[in-house]
Amino acid sequence: MEQITSLVQIKGIRDGLLATFTEAPWDDQRIALLAQIDERPAFFQGARLAMDVGLQVLKVNDLVDLRDQLSERNVVMWAVVGESPTTNQTSQLLGLATRISKPRPEEQRQFANTISDDTALFINKTLRSGTRVEYPGHVVVMGDVNPGAEIVAEGNVIVWGRVRGMIHAGAKGNRSAFICALDLSANQLRIADEISAMLKPQKDSKPEIASINSEGRLQAELWHSGIS
Amino acid sequence: MTAQVITVTSGKGGVGKTTAVANLATALAADGRKVVCIDGDIGLRNLDVILGLENRIVYDIVDVIEGRCKLKQAMIRDKHYPDLYLIPAAQTRDKNAVSPSDMIRICKELRPDYDFVIIDSPAGIERGFRNSIAAADRVLIVTNPEVSAVRDADRVVGILEAEEKGTPSLILNRLNPALVRNNDMLSAEDVLDLLGIQLIGVVPEDEAVIIGSNRGSPVVTDPRSRAGQAFRNIAKRLQGQDVPFMDLEQQNAIWSALQRLTGRK
Repeated sequence: MEQITSLVQIKGIRDGLLATFTEAPWDDQRIALLAQIDERPAFFQGARLAMDVGLQVLKVNDLVDLRDQLSERNVVMWAVVGESPTTNQTSQLLGLATRISKPRPEEQRQFANTISDDTALFINKTLRSGTRVEYPGHVVVMGDVNPGAEIVAEGNVIVWGRVRGMIHAGAKGNRSAFICALDLSANQLRIADEISAMLKPQKDSKPEIASINSEGRLQAELWHSGIS
Repeated sequence: MTAQVITVTSGKGGVGKTTAVANLATALAADGRKVVCIDGDIGLRNLDVILGLENRIVYDIVDVIEGRCKLKQAMIRDKHYPDLYLIPAAQTRDKNAVSPSDMIRICKELRPDYDFVIIDSPAGIERGFRNSIAAADRVLIVTNPEVSAVRDADRVVGILEAEEKGTPSLILNRLNPALVRNNDMLSAEDVLDLLGIQLIGVVPEDEAVIIGSNRGSPVVTDPRSRAGQAFRNIAKRLQGQDVPFMDLEQQNAIWSALQRLTGRK
C-alpha cells in the first residue's frame, strides 16, 4: 500500500491541492490517487485539485474518466499541467487550465528550448467557443475559429476558414508575424503588442492577411499572391 | 424495447430547454410512445410545473439515488397521457447529490420498458450538465437566434465533441420571421453556419408557449399553435420520420391571424 500511494504526491498549493504524477503507467497512478483520496475523504471533501502530469500523454477519455471519478468524491479537477502537447490540447478541449499560478521556471525554459522556430501545430477542425490554443510556434487551422475561441501563437497563424474569434500572433513580441484567413471578420486580432478592434465584416469575404505595416499599425489587406 | 436516451441542453439559461422537453415528451406520448422525462436541474426544478404535475410529487430523483424509494415510486404519471412519466428533481438539494454514474444506472433501469427517456439538463457546463449528458445516446441543443445563446451553444457542442458524445442536433427556438426579414435577428442559416451541426427543428416565437407553460399544459396539445406544430414535427423526426420543415418565412401576422380564425394550420 505504501508503495502504491507514494506513486502520486499530493501537496497543498495556494489554489488548492497539487497532485504530482511520475512516469509510471497512468492507470496505476490514477488508482493510487483515488486510493489516497478514499483514505481521507473528509480532508479531500470539496477540494480543488490541480495535476502535474509531467510527460504523461493523456487522451480525452483518460481525463474525463478521472474527472468523473474525482467528481463523485466531491473533488474538482481544475488544472492539468503537463509537457506533452497532446495532453495540453486535451486539457484545453475539456476547459481545464494548463497553468497554475506558481510558475515552473526551469521546466518552462527547457520546453521553450526544444521548440524550433519552424514548428507548427496543425488543427484539423473548427475551434468552438471556449477553446483556447496556445502554442510556441505557428498554428494552422483547417476549419473556422468561432466567436469565443482564442489562439495565441508565438509564430504565424493561418486559418483555412472563417475567423470570428480572437487571434494573437507573435505573442512573445515578434512584430513580423502575420495572420491570414479565408475570411478575417474577427472581433479582435493581435500581433505582438498591437491590437486591432473589429475588422469590418464583409458580405462576400475574400482571403486576407493581417500584419504590422511600415507605420507600425496592425492592418488587414486582401491577399494576393506575392504579398510577402 | 430499448429506450433512446435524449438529453436536451443549451449552455445558456432561459432559451427554452425545459419547455422543449415538456413539449417533445408530450408529443411523443401523444404518438403512442412510452416516455419518461427526467428533470436534471437539481435544486431548481421546473419541469413538473410546465407539465402541470407539481402537486403530485412525493419522491424525487435524489430519493431514488439515496435509496429512500424505488424508481417506480418516484415516477409521476401524466394527467392526460398514461404512458408519459416524470422523474422530478429535488428542490432542496444541490447538484452534488447526483453523479454521472447515478444517471447512467437510472437510465439503464428504464431502458427496457420505455421508448424514450428525455433528460432536461440544467444551464451551464458544470456538474449538473455532466450528469445530464452522462447517459445520453443523443443530445439536442436548444438555442435562440441571439448571439450570446449561439456562442454558449457553440461551447457546449465543443465539449460534447471533445467528450466523444457525437454531434448533437439543433433546435432553434423562438425565431421571429418578421425580425429576421428586417435583418434584426440572426436567421436559421446564420446560426447553422456558425454551429455547423444538423438542424432538427425551428420553433417560431409564439405566445401560446408561455400560456401553455403557465397552465401546465404544453403547447403541443394546442392544434392551432405554430410552435406546437413545430414541436410535433421534431417529435416525428425523433421517431425517424422524414417531416419537411415548416415554411416560416411566408407567415406574416395578418395571414396567421386569418388562418387561426379559419382554424387552418
